[in-house]
Amino acid sequence: MSEPRSFTTQLQVSPLVLVLLFFFVIPVTLVVIVSFLRYQMLVGIVPDFTLKNYTDILSNPTTWTLYRSTLKFTLIVLAITLVLGFWLSYFLVFHVRNLTIAIGLFLLCTIPFWTSNIIRMISWRPILGREGLVNEALQATGIAAKPIDWLLYSDFSVVVAYVNLFTLFMMVPIFNSMARIDRALMEAAIDAGATRWGVIWNVVLPLSKTGIALGALFVITLVMGDFAVVSVMSGGLSASVTSGMFNDLQFLNYPRAAANAVILLIVVLLIATAIFRLVDVRKELVR
Amino acid sequence: MITDRRPWTFYVLALLFTVFVLFLYGPMLSVLVLAFQGPSGSLSFPLQNPSLMWFDEVFNPTRVGDVPGAFWRSFPLAILVMLLTILISVTAGFGFRRRFRGSSILFYTSIASLIIPGLVLSIGILVTARFLGVSANWLTTGLGAHLTWTLPFGLLIMFAILGRLDPSFEEAAFDLGASRWQVVKEVVIPIVFPGMIAVALFGFTLSYDEFPRSWLTIGTMNTLPLEIWTMTTNVTSPALYALGAMTTGISFVVIAVALGSIYFIQRKRAGS
Repeated sequence: MSEPRSFTTQLQVSPLVLVLLFFFVIPVTLVVIVSFLRYQMLVGIVPDFTLKNYTDILSNPTTWTLYRSTLKFTLIVLAITLVLGFWLSYFLVFHVRNLTIAIGLFLLCTIPFWTSNIIRMISWRPILGREGLVNEALQATGIAAKPIDWLLYSDFSVVVAYVNLFTLFMMVPIFNSMARIDRALMEAAIDAGATRWGVIWNVVLPLSKTGIALGALFVITLVMGDFAVVSVMSGGLSASVTSGMFNDLQFLNYPRAAANAVILLIVVLLIATAIFRLVDVRKELVR
Repeated sequence: MITDRRPWTFYVLALLFTVFVLFLYGPMLSVLVLAFQGPSGSLSFPLQNPSLMWFDEVFNPTRVGDVPGAFWRSFPLAILVMLLTILISVTAGFGFRRRFRGSSILFYTSIASLIIPGLVLSIGILVTARFLGVSANWLTTGLGAHLTWTLPFGLLIMFAILGRLDPSFEEAAFDLGASRWQVVKEVVIPIVFPGMIAVALFGFTLSYDEFPRSWLTIGTMNTLPLEIWTMTTNVTSPALYALGAMTTGISFVVIAVALGSIYFIQRKRAGS
């Protein structure tokens, strides 16, 4: 590789490097630094090194309750989106024979992604509310005598909204992996005597592994870092790990908010690293 | 498997798919309908005496927040983010075609920028702004915060597109005597252009609807998603639905223009 060529490359990636440096790397570094500084009421941030923010947070039982609750949501949503993402992609890739129709149906699933998440959350009110469509239907058919309260502003509605918003993040990577599976491989398996379930289990599933891992990465990080869905859909009844940060910010306690952020970041990074160990994401994306 | 008779799983999965699509669009449609609620209508069905009064209400700043003002910040911001996302991810995408020092680090940093919780980044950018002694503003810190979300998407799309651009195409064009500009114009642009529209679509819509990364970074003047967020707690009238219907309508127009133009370009190319 000659000098001018590598100079061109550097020039081409430099805008990306600058944006990431100023709006991602430096901010995250500063969050880490600030998390070790002292906070004093009315004064603000005092430049003294302290571990107090961390010991405060970790010794507070609320932190653990919030993490347990967020983890519960994460696992439930992960399980549902995984099943949905896998079978919906399977349907589009292997059952829909016309490629144009498959792409059309795929786009149909992605369009809501390009609209406002907050509006999509609010949209559940007329469906799941006390006077919502579901309750009306249940009463009209006599299944329920009076409106069911736990449909909206509950853990149930939080999960519904998560699945509604995030299934796409699971579906797209899995679809991408499945679309690359060589059909000849599946026919060979059939010829060798495999059943249809055998093909799904032994050929399709292993070859979709990268997509599943990437999808899981997205869904886990989205749910762990969320605060909007939990607060809107639970009506303030449930909280997420970000709620701690939220409270600190309201009291302008940046050091503790930063410490909260760092803890969340470490948890998310650990999960991401575990996933990157399982599959070579870069090889999957850059080709 | 490749027999003509559909296996029973086809019907089961077709049903699942239909239910899923209803699950995706049903709630959105109900908001679009209830936005036309009459004066006596409530936040839920049925729709009574359909009217446009709640759309009117949205533009009445004393009742609900400053929606037009928020829109005229969100819209230009989304356009700006879109243009920068195209420019930066297209050039970076080409840069990534060659191995360079630090390419791995840059790639993983982009992915990290994509998966970092938006609120964490929001805090970081605010702290950075304070540290530098500038105040957060939607056109500076807000713009940067949005780019950390749109650029990784743009980059991933460019990877997918450029994966199809075999370097031997360009070499062949060079060998046939094409100038550098001709290669770009006749070989590279036609292959990359539909991807650029996709990048534009992501750039615009993700910025236009972005909430967590805007939270602390846009300063005192709200963008539209933050205005809607405040309204979810303050406004208990169908005006909320009217606003939802309008902003969803704008998103749909943008999506239709983007997907439509990609479709026509592909068809024209297939025809010629």
